Amino acid sequence: MTTTAPTRPEAPEPEAPAVRTRRGLPRFGGTGLFVAGLVVAGLLTALSGWSWGLFAVYGIVLGTLVTYVGSRVVEGPRKATDRLVTCLVSSAFAIAMVPLVSLVYTVVSNGITRLDGTFFTNSMVGVVGEGGGAYHAIMGTLIITALAALISVPIGLLAAIYLVEYGRGKLKKALTFFVDVMTGIPSIVAGLFAYAFFVIFFGPGVRFGLGGAVALSVLMIPVVVRSSEEVLKLVPNELREASYALGVPKWRTITKVVIPTAIAGLGTSVTLAIARVIGETAPLLVIVGITAATNFDPFDGRMATLPVYAYYQLTQPGVPPQFGIDRAWTAALVLIIIVMALNVVARLISRFFAPKTGR
Amino acid sequence: MAKRIDVSDLDIFYGNFKAVEGVNVSIEPRSVTALIGPSGCGKSTFLRSLNRMHEVIPGARVEGKVVIDGQDLYGSDVDPVDVRRQIGMVFQRPNPFPTMSIYDNVVAGVRLNARKMKKSDLDDLVESSLKGANLWNEVKDRLDRPGSGLSGGQQQRLCIARAIAVQPEVLLMDEPCSALDPISTLAIEDLMTELKDRFTIVIVTHNMQQAARVSEQTGFFNLNGVGQPGRLIEFNPTEKIFSNPDQKATEDYISGRFG
Ligand SMILES: Nc1ncnc2c1ncn2[C@@H]1O[C@H](COP(=O)(O)OP(=O)(O)OP(=O)(O)O)[C@@H](O)[C@H]1O
Ligand SMILES: [Mg+2]
Repeated sequence: MTTTAPTRPEAPEPEAPAVRTRRGLPRFGGTGLFVAGLVVAGLLTALSGWSWGLFAVYGIVLGTLVTYVGSRVVEGPRKATDRLVTCLVSSAFAIAMVPLVSLVYTVVSNGITRLDGTFFTNSMVGVVGEGGGAYHAIMGTLIITALAALISVPIGLLAAIYLVEYGRGKLKKALTFFVDVMTGIPSIVAGLFAYAFFVIFFGPGVRFGLGGAVALSVLMIPVVVRSSEEVLKLVPNELREASYALGVPKWRTITKVVIPTAIAGLGTSVTLAIARVIGETAPLLVIVGITAATNFDPFDGRMATLPVYAYYQLTQPGVPPQFGIDRAWTAALVLIIIVMALNVVARLISRFFAPKTGR
Repeated sequence: MAKRIDVSDLDIFYGNFKAVEGVNVSIEPRSVTALIGPSGCGKSTFLRSLNRMHEVIPGARVEGKVVIDGQDLYGSDVDPVDVRRQIGMVFQRPNPFPTMSIYDNVVAGVRLNARKMKKSDLDDLVESSLKGANLWNEVKDRLDRPGSGLSGGQQQRLCIARAIAVQPEVLLMDEPCSALDPISTLAIEDLMTELKDRFTIVIVTHNMQQAARVSEQTGFFNLNGVGQPGRLIEFNPTEKIFSNPDQKATEDYISGRFG
């Protein structure tokens, strides 16, 4: 911000400076100008009746303008352009954060009322109004998602390994194409697919947890394939060649060199794929259904899951409706917490397994 | 046990692009053979075809014969993995395994092939290989640190240690000293002189003095123009190449009057 050309201590004062020394704004001068703009904007908005939307618009425009003009006068056009773009980018970031923050705020403030012990220990058996919990739904979500991961991760990883290490020509192209197509499948279609598939064996009206896991796998496999493929591609070819040159067969090179090198990224990609499907509602609505009681057996009978639970609590809250609506918000909050925990796990995985450098 | 390599009528392709054409040469066992020539003339390509590393690249293929002690490398019953176990390679750019420690990098050839070895034997192997590559003194206190934490030149010597740890019969080195300081370079050259009692060594180098210092035989590769395949112009004892080469092109290249 304030750096000028380094001056040599012993050098005699040159008659005409080789590098033009430039007047700079003091540290935080840019921010100060922007805040000044904000204050003016606040006054303007207050004059015409306070509104946050108006304030944001005025604030960004005026703050940017004041910073640009101020910087241009003091520092010259190049620095001013830099500050202008900084202002624009930061404002864009702030705007992008608005929906996110307001969403989290809404969910937390609405969901906090029922975030209590009962919610985590009770099911909905015999609950009409107050009380009740989502123990059965939390367990259902965990079981079904774990099953989905159990199905998708091996298939997805192996497919990615095939595509990167072995795939050639037409088959590779076809696989990539179908994976791309699968990425775009609407989730309800995945649910209908699983339903139609299991109706063949169990007759119409079938509802069970494994069906949900299969439906989620249809959504999850392409995500795992796609992201693992990118991660495996990042492993430098030189490492594979180094391994081959030591007389190591290809499959050993893959298991002992390529995968360990990419393990951090693979862990992240799997976790993010899980986070992607854990909130799916539509397919589970179709094939798993909902129940008030706890069911740990994914091979038999309906199971509750958090998203479907939230959906039913919201659409059929009972009388008085407030209790159901509260439970729906808390279910949403718990779901967000689970997804956030998964993201943290993904970060930890990549932190722990990342190839270590340094001495 | 060192091996003799006979190459006849070797053409090397990348897809439809013919990178090297018509190489006929025989490389003596227990000696150092240097390959010199301008950039892009196919030295690396030729070197990689000697241990079947060339075919790792999609679309790359080879026509002709490479015979090692009577066995055709490209015969239909030959497993490329076996070939690479006998013929080690050091690459132009250092490529230690980033997930492994220095120790594990050196014994990678043993570990990755799941060969069983006593811990004390492994320790000895690590020490002798690292000493051979003139790296032991610098790393002996941090063998458990990651190999990618070394400097570029140290990494290259680590790769050399890794290659000699599997005790191949032939050692191919693609500009092994291009990232090294004169002291390490000298150490590698001494190492080559030492290793040639047991191994056959083929080295690619851009350093004429190095070729003159270490090698018995020198081959000069050249290409006639961009997009043309490279050719082995001359292959002769090093003294002859550097004092009175048969070919005008070789003389021009060596005396710096190239192009
Ligand atoms: N993977 C590849 N795919 C296609 N063409 C390649 C590939 N590698 C090398 N070539 C081509 O083959 C020719 C020979 O390359 P090579 O790497 O053998 O040159 P070199 O003599 O080792 O050069 P340098 O001294 O710069 O290392 C060049 O024209 C190069 O463009
Ligand atoms: Mg090369």
